[in-house]
Amino acid sequence: MSEEESPAERVAIGISFGNSYSSIAYTSGEGKAEVIANEEGDRQIPSILSYVTGEEFQGTQAKAQLVRNAKNTVAYFRDFLGQDFKSIDPTPCHNSAHPLQHESTVAFKIKDKEDDTESTVTVSEITTRHLRKLKNSASDYLGKNVNAAVITVPTNFSDAQKEALSKAAKDAGIEVLQFINEPVAAVLAYDARPEAKLADKNIVVADLGGIRSDVAVIASRGGMYSILATAHDYDVGGAQLDQVLMDYFAKEFLKKWKNGGDPRSDDRASAKLKLESEAVKKALSIGSSANFSVESLSKGFDFTCSINRMRYETISAKVFAAFTRLVLNAVEKAQLDPLDISEIILAGGTAHTPRIASSLASAFPGSTTVLAPSTSPTAINPSELAARGAAIQASLIQEFETEDIEQSTHPMVTVTPHLARAIGVLCISSDESTGVFRHLVEAETPVPVRRTAIIATPREGGDVLVKICEGIRVIKVTKPEPKAKANGKAENDSDDDEDSDESDEEELREKTYKVENVLAEAALKGLSKGAKVELQINVAADLSCTFFAREVGGKVAVRGAWKAPGKA
Amino acid sequence: MTTVQIGLPLPVLSKDWSAPTESNNTLTAATDRNIEPVGPHFLAHARRKRHKRTFSEDDRIQAQTNVKKVEDEDAGEISEPEDPLMLSRDAKDWKGQDHYAVLGLSKYRYKATEDQIKRAHRKKVLKHHPDKKAAAGGTEDDSFFKCIQKATEILSDPVKRRQFDSCDENADVEPPSKKETQKGNFYKLWGKVFEAEGRFSKNQPVPKLGNDKSTKEDVEHFYNFWYNFDSWRSFEYQDEDVPDDNENRDQKRHVERKNQNARRKKKTEDTARLRKLVDDALALDERIKKFRQAEHAQKNKKRLEKEAAAKREAEEAAKAKEEEAKLKAEQEIAEKAAKADGKKAKEAAKNAAKKNKRVVRGATKEANYFHSGGAASAAQIDSALNDTDLIITKIDSEELAALTAKLNGKKDLAEIKQIFLDEIKTLVSAGKLKEGEAKSLA
Repeated sequence: MSEEESPAERVAIGISFGNSYSSIAYTSGEGKAEVIANEEGDRQIPSILSYVTGEEFQGTQAKAQLVRNAKNTVAYFRDFLGQDFKSIDPTPCHNSAHPLQHESTVAFKIKDKEDDTESTVTVSEITTRHLRKLKNSASDYLGKNVNAAVITVPTNFSDAQKEALSKAAKDAGIEVLQFINEPVAAVLAYDARPEAKLADKNIVVADLGGIRSDVAVIASRGGMYSILATAHDYDVGGAQLDQVLMDYFAKEFLKKWKNGGDPRSDDRASAKLKLESEAVKKALSIGSSANFSVESLSKGFDFTCSINRMRYETISAKVFAAFTRLVLNAVEKAQLDPLDISEIILAGGTAHTPRIASSLASAFPGSTTVLAPSTSPTAINPSELAARGAAIQASLIQEFETEDIEQSTHPMVTVTPHLARAIGVLCISSDESTGVFRHLVEAETPVPVRRTAIIATPREGGDVLVKICEGIRVIKVTKPEPKAKANGKAENDSDDDEDSDESDEEELREKTYKVENVLAEAALKGLSKGAKVELQINVAADLSCTFFAREVGGKVAVRGAWKAPGKA
Repeated sequence: MTTVQIGLPLPVLSKDWSAPTESNNTLTAATDRNIEPVGPHFLAHARRKRHKRTFSEDDRIQAQTNVKKVEDEDAGEISEPEDPLMLSRDAKDWKGQDHYAVLGLSKYRYKATEDQIKRAHRKKVLKHHPDKKAAAGGTEDDSFFKCIQKATEILSDPVKRRQFDSCDENADVEPPSKKETQKGNFYKLWGKVFEAEGRFSKNQPVPKLGNDKSTKEDVEHFYNFWYNFDSWRSFEYQDEDVPDDNENRDQKRHVERKNQNARRKKKTEDTARLRKLVDDALALDERIKKFRQAEHAQKNKKRLEKEAAAKREAEEAAKAKEEEAKLKAEQEIAEKAAKADGKKAKEAAKNAAKKNKRVVRGATKEANYFHSGGAASAAQIDSALNDTDLIITKIDSEELAALTAKLNGKKDLAEIKQIFLDEIKTLVSAGKLKEGEAKSLA
């Protein structure tokens, strides 16, 4: 089982293994990725294992055990894998089995045997059990024994962690074909849709999980993805929203039952409170109000309370603001402007929250699309993005030999020079200051690259000039009434926050290009009326370049080239 | 990602524009980044980079590989060269013709699908159509065309095809000789034989011969299958032609009967042949020997183990017994020695006591029977001796020895008497003697 399967016998799935939830997906015959529901019908399977007199529970059943059997329930263990005890953060496990140091790794002391004896189970063994359960669910669903998988990991997963995960997967009978980064899997899930168009764009993937949030800024160039910047926050996540609701409901409870005691101070009561708060949070993502109802919450008092979305958004405004800040920080880290971002993909369970999507939409200009269920009807379920992306990648590479996969993911292949500036042509006027730069190749495009453009010509035809230049993206800020502000800060947009209250007019921010470097010129003569010009630019890996221009349908082409830097 | 549409018009070429001289401007230096190894476009990039292809090269090679697959499939079926001898065959002799070879399917034979046969027929017809030959100025010889038609007729009818396949000797694989087998390629050579014979099986799939790593169950299943082989092979194809005339019914029946008998005989022969073939293979199969040896070894192992255990037990028992005997003997010797020692000591003690007694009695005598002055009277002597004996009987041997030591060498009467008196005193104080019992010493 643990032997490497030959490509023909491989049945590969995509696994998204998160701290809070895991999901599994496969690619159907038509190349459509679909998420598999486990035996209980869950597509998001809580990454929790629980043991009751030797019987193993996983997923929703195990999650319910957090109330009654917390000490034998293991949760939030993904990030512990491959780490030593010193470097882990055990806070999320407060309500479940506590992590302990065991030799060089982390372990849990749980009663997982029938005779109720306590045994020490390492985190890697827990992971193996969890993955085995996932594998069995997938095998049952597909009717074939699943023996390989593409697993998604956060961008900051270390090699040691990957190795530990790979080993745990192998023990569970799964050959890991490849580890892919969660944000890239999300982008792939969107790009693999049949209606998706291939375009050069900058994408922000905000993966808002249960106990951590990760943001990645990705340059997508002709279907190739490069991560420009990442940001991680372990203090912002769904758990924070749960905490806000827990505090709210605990206070309401105390108001109603003066002698009820604080449910947060009692382990079982707080577990009940947490579970129900999470349910309320999910309900509020769909409906505009939700009911909180727990029987015998604390000291035998039942508690029912309703909350509407308005109130929820008010009390958790701080957390929402933190999400937005995190995304903006990541964009800044990538040395980009919000105007450069054409898409924001919200992934992870917390991304269902409508307020997060809407506050991101307002923080970014109108040209940015926020892909979340509440803002875009065609959005894919954010919880399923990573698993779908992994399944698509699995279907692409499952035919490959293991060695082939290794070679393709080798740094020799993946490390590529990326263009520092955009390459394009000047339109309207040949003068560098008045002409309008239109890019063919965006900045941060990996080379070698080939791009073709169809360009309009003056209405009457005739002779035209093709001037190829490098352009730098600049943000042009224009104020409707520059005189109203005398403080001289007009040029600098980021400092305007404090005086934005006094001026009603919004400043206009625009993305333009400044022509920096003329690379080549070519003339096309005698074009007919309404003709179009086809221009193709080829940039080789050493940055040497060739181009040709011709009238569409015409036979005469003008060719040109410029050399690689250093050789000139 | 192929084309970008740019709506703005290109600038008009000014009159005084001249082609610039070779521009020295180059691109700004690039930054190295990792591209994510994900997605179809990355895989294309990896392919280009690993094989060092440019975009257009890669496009061309990809297209070629896709096209080639189709061509290969098509070409394979009729790529066989045609034997000129076969081309000159007479269609009347169709029973002797190899139908597969005629259609160019000799490498597929019984494995050829119906579709392959149809396509092969079409290709051959296009090539060998008599009208084409006539148009090319050749003779109007359509004999090979007839051969093709006959071959198709037989091969596209499942019943007739089976009859032909039954007698298709070209598909047979001769079993290798014993010598060839012993060179070590048993599985390769016999595997082919069994694969060819397997085509006659009514039960499909036929188990494979396997290799030297096959399990015992597999091997047993294989030979069981072949000993219970259920064959559809029949020999109608080799029947003698039944005369078609209605006139001679007897002759017709005779031929039919002869054919029936021949078929039966051939079938029996074939079964016997197959049986012998399987026997031969079984005899040469190293695995059978290996399994038997293993089994034997297993059995032997059990027996040997049992024997060894018994032997060990017996040895242990003997050893224990021996040790016990040894121990006993030692004990006996020790006892005997102790006994002898005891006797000697007793005797010595006795002797010593005797001697001591004599000394004591002597001392009494020496002390003149405790009579002060002059010879002692008989009564005096008697009582003195009696008292001395009384003392001797009352004290044990050790005290006697001590007394003897005190008395030894003493000649003085008073001294001796004093010793005796002391002795009596100690005896009286010990309660062994009553006061005044030894009268002579009072």
